[in-house]
Amino acid sequence: MTDATATQRPARAQVAPAVIGFATVTATLLLAELLIQIGAINRYIVPPPSEVIEAFRQIVVEEHIFRRFLLTAAECLTAGVMLTLCGVASGVLMHRFRLLQRACETWVAAMASAPLVLMYPLFLVIFGRNALTIIMMGFIAGLPPVILKTIEGITATRKVLVDVGRSFNLNATQQFWKILFPAALPTIFVGVRLGLIFALINVVGTEFLINYGGLGQLITDLAERYDLAGTYAAICVVILVSVLFFMALERIERWLRPVD
Amino acid sequence: MATTAASAGDAILVVDDITVRFETAEGPITAVDDVSFHVKPGEFLSVIGPSGCGKSTLFNVIGGLLSHHQGTVTVAGETISSPHKSIGMVFQEESTFPWRNVTDNVAFPLELVGMPRDKRIALARHFIALVGIDGFENRYPGELSGGMRQRVSLARTLAAAPKILLMDEPFAALDEQTRLLLGDKVLQIQQQLKQTTLLITHNITEAVQMSDRILVMTYRPGKVKRIVDIDLPRPRTSEIVGSEAFGRYVAQIWNDLREEASRGMRDEESHVLHHHHGGA
Repeated sequence: MTDATATQRPARAQVAPAVIGFATVTATLLLAELLIQIGAINRYIVPPPSEVIEAFRQIVVEEHIFRRFLLTAAECLTAGVMLTLCGVASGVLMHRFRLLQRACETWVAAMASAPLVLMYPLFLVIFGRNALTIIMMGFIAGLPPVILKTIEGITATRKVLVDVGRSFNLNATQQFWKILFPAALPTIFVGVRLGLIFALINVVGTEFLINYGGLGQLITDLAERYDLAGTYAAICVVILVSVLFFMALERIERWLRPVD
Repeated sequence: MATTAASAGDAILVVDDITVRFETAEGPITAVDDVSFHVKPGEFLSVIGPSGCGKSTLFNVIGGLLSHHQGTVTVAGETISSPHKSIGMVFQEESTFPWRNVTDNVAFPLELVGMPRDKRIALARHFIALVGIDGFENRYPGELSGGMRQRVSLARTLAAAPKILLMDEPFAALDEQTRLLLGDKVLQIQQQLKQTTLLITHNITEAVQMSDRILVMTYRPGKVKRIVDIDLPRPRTSEIVGSEAFGRYVAQIWNDLREEASRGMRDEESHVLHHHHGGA
């Protein structure tokens, strides 16, 4: 097997980054703990990491963290699927019809840099105070990067690959699915990743703002009770959700495209 | 001087009076001017000329990728105006699909005609072995050298079983040794498959090493300057490069080409000068 040589790297080289990463986080936490214990950092603003770790037990037992986690994750997933499908489709359409691209690309780009989270009152009016508002806030925030990166990826397809397709007499549909789309896929994934980041921020942010369900609301709740350790623990869970999302996305990307 | 149209009757590819003009910022340019020639079945014809003689334009016209030309290209009696399945193109630029492994790259044309998976993989493996990269079936282009990737492209084109193999400087981006060895491979394959081949090149050694006939083009506008018969024994390998007869052909073609190449160089120099002085 010739393939074996490439995959069998020394185990140490694979473990080292994880170990160093873990050590860095641990060292930072220990340093924070130390600074707080000696009073260099005010413990009524930043709780000691040891208390935050302690608070995990409390938020798991008392605050239905698992149910909240599922709600936030479901909202993010729904928004993620929607923005991927709509974003890629819009990008493809805008690439296909140049007039549409020239007409819309600028304001899509403007939308990408706008603080869309401020539109939440409007969404509350349209969709009501429920999960749909939260999903739509995530969706609308994550859409622009997916559209822009889809256009970019398709446009940047090397001309010679398109010519190869033409030389094999591909029709427009084949040209898209067999050449343009796979060629653009890595760039599209960059867009989806950015879109998911924006969606996640907006989902949790909107939960926080409209005080409805999920992890965002838990953060508001705990902060209002001045449960600082609990607040930080809840923020850690949000980070955990985003890590899980990106690991899943990476899996999907590897599956769709084994080698760049 | 021009073509010997004597035996055009049994030709598989007839290029007739091709003229291509481009509109540029500095006015219209005639890239290819009234080029006619033909290729017989099983023949290896090279088109050689200095940069800027319209070789690549001619490649695109014959391949059907360019259609705003005057004149006709006829393949096996059929006049073509778009890419034709009888013509298989190999491009100068790296053109493998990075998202497909070697086997799936080579099987691409077979997939298009709806051949069942196990059958097309078997056939792809045959062509992979033919170009000499067996053992790399499951690798991705990103893991291969430039020479190997170009062989993948060649195998992919051959897998479509084209009547005519049309290549545009396929080895231009490779180093000299790889180029000679790959030339051997192409010769061997061409002789084995009796593959009709049209090679566009600017490399005299490469052209003499492989061709039955060489068409020398002039610098802008690209016209047919001369067609030279290469009467060297077959089967050939790169060893022939050392022979005396080989040297004579190279000298003869260089003689023709030097004039054109230096004209091209002067033209480019004056162009640069022109722009330096702020245009016309």
